[in-house]
Amino acid sequence: MEDLIRRYGTGLTAVFCLLVAFWILVLVILPNFAMFEQSFRPYLPVVDIGGPKDVFTMGNYEKILANPVETSWFGIPITIPIHISTFVDTVFFSALVTLMTLILAYPLAYFLAKVANPRSIPTLLLLLFIPMWVSEALRAFAWYIILTFNGPLNALLKALGIIDQGVRWQNGVVTSYDAIVIVLTYCYVLFMLFPIYTAITSLDTNQIEAAEDLGSPWWRTHWRVVIPHAKPGIASGCVMVFMLSAGSLLVPTVVGSTKANWFPQTIYTWFNDALDWNTGAAYSMIFLLVCILFVIVMMRVFKVKLSDIAK
Amino acid sequence: MSRNRAILGQLYFALFILYLLVPLAVMAGAAFNDSKLPTIAPWKGFTWTWFRELWADQTMWGAFLNSILVALAVVALAVPIGTAAAILLNSISGKVRATLYGFMVAPVLAPGLVIGISTVLFWNQLGRSVGADDFFLFGRGLHLSTLGQVSYISAYVMLLVLARLQSFDPGLEEAALDLGANHGQVLRRILLPHLYPAIAASAAIAFFQSMENFNVTLFTKANETTLTVYVFSQVRSGITPKINALAFLLILLTLALALVYEVNRRRRARIEAVREAEARRAEEAMLL
Amino acid sequence: MSAGIDLENVCCDFGTFRAVDNANVSIKPGEFFSFLGPSGCGKTTILRMVSGFIEPTQGAIKIGGKDMRGSRPNQRPTALIFQNLALFPLMPIWENISFGLEVRGVDKATRRKKAEDLLKLVDLPGAADKMVSQLSGGQKQRVAIARALAVEPSVMLLDEPLSALDLKLRQHMRAELRAIQKRTGVTFIYITHDQGEALAMSDRVGVMSQGRIQQIAAPRDIYDNPVNGFVASFVGENNIFEGDISPVADGMASLSGPHGNFRARILPDAQGKALKLYVRPEHTKLSKTAAAENSVEMEVTEVAFEGAFISVHGLASGGKRIQAEVKNDGVTQAPAVGEKVFATFDAARALLLPDANVRG
Repeated sequence: MEDLIRRYGTGLTAVFCLLVAFWILVLVILPNFAMFEQSFRPYLPVVDIGGPKDVFTMGNYEKILANPVETSWFGIPITIPIHISTFVDTVFFSALVTLMTLILAYPLAYFLAKVANPRSIPTLLLLLFIPMWVSEALRAFAWYIILTFNGPLNALLKALGIIDQGVRWQNGVVTSYDAIVIVLTYCYVLFMLFPIYTAITSLDTNQIEAAEDLGSPWWRTHWRVVIPHAKPGIASGCVMVFMLSAGSLLVPTVVGSTKANWFPQTIYTWFNDALDWNTGAAYSMIFLLVCILFVIVMMRVFKVKLSDIAK
Repeated sequence: MSRNRAILGQLYFALFILYLLVPLAVMAGAAFNDSKLPTIAPWKGFTWTWFRELWADQTMWGAFLNSILVALAVVALAVPIGTAAAILLNSISGKVRATLYGFMVAPVLAPGLVIGISTVLFWNQLGRSVGADDFFLFGRGLHLSTLGQVSYISAYVMLLVLARLQSFDPGLEEAALDLGANHGQVLRRILLPHLYPAIAASAAIAFFQSMENFNVTLFTKANETTLTVYVFSQVRSGITPKINALAFLLILLTLALALVYEVNRRRRARIEAVREAEARRAEEAMLL
Repeated sequence: MSAGIDLENVCCDFGTFRAVDNANVSIKPGEFFSFLGPSGCGKTTILRMVSGFIEPTQGAIKIGGKDMRGSRPNQRPTALIFQNLALFPLMPIWENISFGLEVRGVDKATRRKKAEDLLKLVDLPGAADKMVSQLSGGQKQRVAIARALAVEPSVMLLDEPLSALDLKLRQHMRAELRAIQKRTGVTFIYITHDQGEALAMSDRVGVMSQGRIQQIAAPRDIYDNPVNGFVASFVGENNIFEGDISPVADGMASLSGPHGNFRARILPDAQGKALKLYVRPEHTKLSKTAAAENSVEMEVTEVAFEGAFISVHGLASGGKRIQAEVKNDGVTQAPAVGEKVFATFDAARALLLPDANVRG
């Protein structure tokens, strides 16, 4: 703080502090606190707010345990509350998306960082950036067109003679979440690519050459030299992709089948259709807690700090 | 061995680009297909119909205008906030810095819907506690969308400006102070000019992030609509290739911007190379 | 226009570390004064205190007789030239030079004129519209000097400005700096760890170690009459002998130790302290026979040809290393490796000195 005043004077320092305080307090901390507090209050008409019925309650959280349904996981039939089922599916398939983006992005990140001609890198990166600038809604829409029953994918496969009947991709072939997983992977793969690319760029190429010179096969070089170095980038990419996937409302709504429910859709229903903001807040809290848990697990697994994860 | 690897890498890169671009090409292509459904598979002939329909769509234009207004407001708020935060972080250290940094990047990691819901609840509660429930500023609307977006887009600005600050030599500030400049002059003539590339880049990123924001906007908006929300609602409720026409135009715009950026980058790299060569020549001339 | 600087009992603490301990210097107007010492000796701290970036913990700094306490860097009549020069990379050269005038509200035409005049002064005409990245190291140096001169400072403070240049350019810029200083008459305070630089350019030099000023004197005196072992060693090479002191007369004393009995000069205030004998290699002669006094036998272990002279290293009894220089005058013969010779020196050229002046 003294350093700040010495460099910029008291007036400017005060301006900087006020701007930051507005951001951190009014836009971040207080809203989250409000959500936390409201999630423990019942949903009431405006006249009753602050009245005798406005008491602290766990009621909103208990709603997630209502409505048991029969479903099956990996062929094992099981009866669980519908929202829990949605929640578990969301977390599981988001993790799957994270894994798939990792598998797709790692080789490319390595190629860009260590194999490709350094002079062409800015152009190659720009080429990758272009799809990212196209809105997520449109990218999801593009896949909606491709996967639709009378769409180009079925037409192509039929023309090639691979299938003779159209496939209802959006209903799913393996699970009802197929389309969601495919499109989320497509939408977020670049969020995995760039952090890993940045991390591998900072690895001294001599280390890779030294490993190979010592007789290490390519896979061992990656396992023992490149991947350990790229860990912060991998962690960062995993957190970003998981958060974006699990929090996506757009993709599941656009390409998902009626049988594939995504947790944000559940929250949106409480919030917008039932107008029960308090239960919406409670579900958001649960969702937020799982997200924080995921970040902590990632930090533990990859042994990195928060500042490594956020860019 | 390493030649093979390079070829394999290039092949993979090409496939990857194809994977990224083909869906976009399919979508753009469907804009010209004379079919009621957005598709390219049964090609029913070339048409400009969908562009004409798009042009006539008042809702789309209203949504477009809303998106731009929100994006401009977000830039106007997030850029000063993020820049101030970066300068602040750059001059402090230790536990305070780590804590502040944590609070600043948390909204980037937080899901958009959480930001949206918490923003709505907070301003609503604030409105109730000052007894102005019905005053429009405390209810849902695009102003809350703006604030919600600012809460995480400021962090992008902060990260970009902070990265640029790493390459700043604080000695330049001291030199300016020593030459008699006051703190305001130091900021305006020395620090900000150094940060301008990062500030400009972050303003562009803030603008596009806001334009394409969906989650925060969906939860915070009232009856107005933004472009992304409009596309979403169109896709949901029976769709015509009008959207494809819109997508085609947006992709074209993106390509144009990318081209301008690339040409500009190459020109600047060339100028810098010429300057450095001149400095080297001057160095050699002096030693002769 | 130029002003004198007085440091009166100046101390500077960083936490428990005392960076500058009780510095007293009086620098005359128009003088070229250097602070010389190894890194961490406190010389940069002194410079930053004079320029106003740090306030002294104790004592007073006066510029032109005026106490500077509480006045900020932009209020002091000083201009600092930074180690890395700190030229503003985004401004063309002329804006760099006239920045100090710009912030004082001088109009553009006057600024431009002043910048061009100064570029002539530092022998860089026609560079006004170039960018910093277009200049060589030496040219940047001149721009930094011009920028500092533009605000017409009474005192110029230079923080090792030549350290980034390569050897040949550095020697060229020494003469240049000295010439500019003479032309402008501004007081220069120069910080360096390079004794050659300090001795070649300065009117007077202050040698520092561990926060204390060890000696303030003209370059010649620093080299020929150092007040302690630290100064003697920092500005040049020495052969050092230890032993017990017994005073003789007329500022001379004798030292008897394991390598023999020697006679050397002793300073009046050094009486009674622990002393060692210091003699420079160029004052150490080699001969086949022992001299009447101050003579040590040694076996030559290394003969290194240095161009202007030949450096001869040898070992005396007990593994004592001795170094001598033989002039390359085409007459004197250097001994061969393995030869036994006598190293001798003139008593008037040898000094009995205490170690450095440090806090006990």
